Amino acid sequence: MTTTSPARRQKRDKLLTRRAARWLDARLGGAKYARTALGKVFPDHWSFLLGELALYAFVVLLATGVYLTFFFHPGNQIVTYHGSYAPLHGVQMSEAYRSAVELSFDVRAGLVMRQIHHWAALLFVASIVVHLMRIFFTGAFRRPREVNWMIGVLLLILAIFNGFAGYSLLDDQLSGTGLRIAYSITLSIPLAGTWLASLLFGGEFPGPDIIDRLYVIHILLLPAVIALLIGIHLFLVVRHKHTQFGGMGRTEENVVGEAVWPSFAFKSLGLMMLVAAVLAALGGLAQINPIWLYGPFDPAEVSSASQPDWYMGWLDGSLRLFPPLEIRAFGFEVPAPFFPGALLAGITFGLLFAWPSLEALFTGDRRVHHLLDRPRDRPVRTSLGVATLSFYTVLTLAASNDVIATTFGLSVNAVLLTFRALVIVLPPIAALVTYRLCNELQARDIAGGYVPPDRPRVRWELLRFWRWRAMRRASRAPSTAG
Amino acid sequence: MSDPTAPDPIPEDAARTALAKRGERLTTLSFAVSIFGALALAVVYWRGGQPQLEGIFLCLALGGLGVGMIVWARYFMPHGTDVEARHQIESTEEEIDAFREEFERGEHILTRRSLLVRMGTAAVAALGVALIFPIRSLGPRPGKGFKSTPYRKGIRLVTDDGTLIKADDVSVDGVITAFPEGHTDAADASTLLIRPNEPVQARPGRESWTPGNLVAYSKLCTHVGCPVGLYQAGVHLLLCPCHQSTFDVLDGARPIFGPAARSLPQLPIEVDGEGYIVARGDFSGPTGPGFWDRDR
Repeated sequence: MTTTSPARRQKRDKLLTRRAARWLDARLGGAKYARTALGKVFPDHWSFLLGELALYAFVVLLATGVYLTFFFHPGNQIVTYHGSYAPLHGVQMSEAYRSAVELSFDVRAGLVMRQIHHWAALLFVASIVVHLMRIFFTGAFRRPREVNWMIGVLLLILAIFNGFAGYSLLDDQLSGTGLRIAYSITLSIPLAGTWLASLLFGGEFPGPDIIDRLYVIHILLLPAVIALLIGIHLFLVVRHKHTQFGGMGRTEENVVGEAVWPSFAFKSLGLMMLVAAVLAALGGLAQINPIWLYGPFDPAEVSSASQPDWYMGWLDGSLRLFPPLEIRAFGFEVPAPFFPGALLAGITFGLLFAWPSLEALFTGDRRVHHLLDRPRDRPVRTSLGVATLSFYTVLTLAASNDVIATTFGLSVNAVLLTFRALVIVLPPIAALVTYRLCNELQARDIAGGYVPPDRPRVRWELLRFWRWRAMRRASRAPSTAG
Repeated sequence: MSDPTAPDPIPEDAARTALAKRGERLTTLSFAVSIFGALALAVVYWRGGQPQLEGIFLCLALGGLGVGMIVWARYFMPHGTDVEARHQIESTEEEIDAFREEFERGEHILTRRSLLVRMGTAAVAALGVALIFPIRSLGPRPGKGFKSTPYRKGIRLVTDDGTLIKADDVSVDGVITAFPEGHTDAADASTLLIRPNEPVQARPGRESWTPGNLVAYSKLCTHVGCPVGLYQAGVHLLLCPCHQSTFDVLDGARPIFGPAARSLPQLPIEVDGEGYIVARGDFSGPTGPGFWDRDR
């Protein structure tokens, strides 16, 4: 830097890009910050790529999504199809469905773009979930990163919701069925259900306005919110600097890895290209959501083997598994789908939001942490996480109970009962096995000379929340006595 | 921060070593593949487009670029050696105190006019409340429509294309999806007409609802409202393909398996003088999934 001669620098500064940069800096300033940004250090660990994967899936979603909006019309008028897909000739359908079919068959590169978009949506949610698992199992959500954890959970919710909104736009038989179920779950909410359903759908199902509204939500409202939240998420990552695993000179006071310029920037942009490449290959070669086979939505019809996209599977599975239990009292009722639908979703995301605070409460550990935990060094957290994962995995698989039954020639009833048992029995078993495994692995490390970090004692007694007041009094007593 | 004066991992004069050569070859090859993919994609599009080829060539164009960049970085750029110091994120006590002082000075100026503060707050709150009202425009008040269908006494039943249904049209073991005449688009009124091969055990008070052992149930599952589309004639069961709720057609469409908790509402029907199937009133209860004030 200091070796550049003034003459050489002058010559370089005549380049157009440099002159543009100078022009901007003269008006905005910021060379200092830009230099800091170039020097930001990223730790070199494969699991840190997961969030980037989600980011790049979002980039692909934006690029392909913008293209799709040029051809898709979300109308609900009934029209007759005359396009190039012969089996649907003369069929009455909504304008939304027709334009989606035309987009697939009559717009050049339309089908590839649509399929890339759908695959990218699946990858987007999947990589968010895996990224969340990495953050959870390594304890990266601890102080000072609790806010960023919550933004991440919010992004997960919005990604799931926008994915659902997206495939519901096409008004095919499968997505119409999905909307019907979403409507019924909204309806099931005590007190407010009928109002909420009516306001959301613009009336009784199928509702005259739902496709138009989902369209605005899907292409404008939620993408804008998601983009904004991603921006804040990344800003906070820069603000907090990255977490890292301990050892090899990595401490709470430094970050060791690769600077953005040029190593990390090149690798990360390369990763973006690879993500887009894989999605392009999937979009071209792996058929997804062939709406022309499902036909236009008819509220009185349904096809068997109706499975939603994977990230909605846990909700559909829990709807299938939950027993026929409806509560009726004083002339009012809480219908069965409320518990496995609205309530389960509320509890799931509520617990996710609250996790950093819950863990801090139960461990009493409110210190700043930049060094990550190895999952085996935190057996309680790890086994709770694995148990939770097993619960949602069973629910997701249960969404295919009819497909499993027909594929393996089993009775649907037997499959359902098996899943009902598994969803209760498997999580505790998974927790116990994980707990044992963590301890064995750690013992082996210790035998090899590894010094594990202090393990905070879990204050299980806090579970007896009705004794909190007494506990607080007891903990205060010595200090007042002294 | 990396030290810019430190030598590159591969010094200039060693650029001819095998390693660097291989890196250069791989990167060049990748970028070449990318160029080929992009050109091929353009040609495919120009010639009318073909989804599979578009996918493959787009994959090559993007993938070649990606692999090239990553190989370039791996062979010719430093990795894993940069160190950055962390700084405290929290503000110092002095900074917080300085902020508090500044803020409270302004606050003091505001709160001296307590009437204005209160009125201002009230005005903002009133505006907030007023702005909630337009939400009401999003949908109609959930009224009777949730609990009733267009079926009335004397309305004839038709198929989804509007054809009148005669009692003879439903054979033994047969099923027809029916709607009230003039309302084939009423999603809450879709009806299953079934003639089981065994006598239906009528519920008390519904003995006359099944002329000629012909029984009519709402087609909407009482779980989450999917059409109960599968009739297994041999065992007289209706199965919902969405979540596998199963209803016993002979026993008032009582749920016998799966997540549905309520029987399918039954439609009282009779056969008129010309042999057409006619409703004698609305369903025995609201059709479709449950909600808070369904029984009210």
